[in-house]
Amino acid sequence: MTSPVVEIENLTRRFGEITAVDSLSLVANAGEVFGLLGSNGAGKSTTIKMLTTLLQPSSGEARVAGFSITTEPEMVRRAIGYVPQAVSVDGSLTGYENLLIFARLYDIPRKEQEQRIREQLDSVNLSADAGRLVDQYSGGMVRRLEIAQATLHRPRVLFLDEPTVGLDPIARDAVWKHLIDLRNDYGTTLFLTTHYLEDAESHCDRIAIMQAGKLAALGTLKELEASLGSGRHSLDEVFVHYAGTTLDSGGSFRDVSTERTTEQRLG
Amino acid sequence: MNPLISFVGKTFVIAEFELRKLRHDFTELITRALQPALWLLIFGQVFARSGMMHTGNIPYLDFIAPGILAQSVLFVAIFYGINVIWERDLGIVQKFLVSPTPRAALVLGKGFSAGIRSLSQAIVVYGLSLLLGVKLNWNPLALLNVFIVVVLAATLFSTFSLVIACIVKTRERFMGVGQVLTMPLFFASNAIYPTNIMPAWLKVISHLNPLTYVVDALRTSMLANSPSNFGMGMDYAVILLTTIVLVLIGARMYPQLGV
Repeated sequence: MTSPVVEIENLTRRFGEITAVDSLSLVANAGEVFGLLGSNGAGKSTTIKMLTTLLQPSSGEARVAGFSITTEPEMVRRAIGYVPQAVSVDGSLTGYENLLIFARLYDIPRKEQEQRIREQLDSVNLSADAGRLVDQYSGGMVRRLEIAQATLHRPRVLFLDEPTVGLDPIARDAVWKHLIDLRNDYGTTLFLTTHYLEDAESHCDRIAIMQAGKLAALGTLKELEASLGSGRHSLDEVFVHYAGTTLDSGGSFRDVSTERTTEQRLG
Repeated sequence: MNPLISFVGKTFVIAEFELRKLRHDFTELITRALQPALWLLIFGQVFARSGMMHTGNIPYLDFIAPGILAQSVLFVAIFYGINVIWERDLGIVQKFLVSPTPRAALVLGKGFSAGIRSLSQAIVVYGLSLLLGVKLNWNPLALLNVFIVVVLAATLFSTFSLVIACIVKTRERFMGVGQVLTMPLFFASNAIYPTNIMPAWLKVISHLNPLTYVVDALRTSMLANSPSNFGMGMDYAVILLTTIVLVLIGARMYPQLGV
């Protein structure tokens, strides 16, 4: 049984002359791990920003957890969690404090706050480091803390923008383990962008490939591979076929700079 | 939940966690003390000796002590926007914007925390004033009034700084704009000379400058015998109204940093 939890319809965002997202329509279902792939500048981050209510669409509509991003942004915010690409926890607070501030902002009842925070820290293996300043955390620990922070209020959908960028393979596996646990334990839908094809390959239930703001392909890994015709195809080939490019092209100075800074901070 | 209660509650949450950061790093409070010390000990003493400033029946050092307090509050608060840009370059601003927190609470909470932080400067200026023999008013109500005005002034100017940060968006541009703004605000005010010795055009500008009303309120409460130029009611009205307008503008502009 599938029920749609992210419904995007003709979503469009223009910046001046440039159309970053061009009539995008797709649906992600509850409990799904949904991967949005594309080269830099394909419109993935702009899409996530619209779905998380950071950016207003120029036209079109999307509903997240049943709420409209244009007319009910407040309700959308209560229903979602967000892990931006750049580091979003505060280095000058402890791990515990980073969660406590969001427990209060999300109106988690005072009596439950402490226990909920302890559970979250435990679930990402950070209990022992809860009292340390986040400045002293490693990259993998920072990402895990961000996931704990973004899911403290048990969101129905968790949006992640390049969740494993800058992490070494071991930290990457740990982050994925926690994400999959979340999905299994709470049925959280994971909607993420990535340009690590192996991440998409091993963890995403369905993959959408964006190219120049448009949806170029959508399906399970098997379906995408089969769509290229007979013979065995890798996701790399699928990607090059639909995105019409390798991963490295495109992207603005600011995109690249954010990504490099994030890598530096986490690495 | 009642929106007003929620707004006030969230404002305090934001302010509280900004202040918690101080517990982990005190150095900021010390660096804040240096500038007022230089202005009072060097500039103040030299000008007081020169006898060039006619400040009525109060000595020049007494006259500028509240002015230097206001100035040091302004100089620290005006660069508050750098933090905001820093938090935007990380993903912190985005994370707050995706939470169901009223935008005005985010803006006012941050401004208010800057207000509380600036109390350290009030303590430093009181210490220096004692050292220099300034005749201070120790009435507890007057002291309370000074603290409230300092917190409000820092809230006002740091919110102004946040608005600038929302416009310029990069640290480099912000540094330039910050420098350009502080000096005119400072010189076109009654901080280090009375407005009655100003040329007419400057006097008009100084009366439109919120810093003038901050200084007037501080001078009236801090000193033993300095009557207010505008009246405490007028001072508070200008400071509060400007702050409210800036918070409303900030609440509209802050989400642009999430893009």
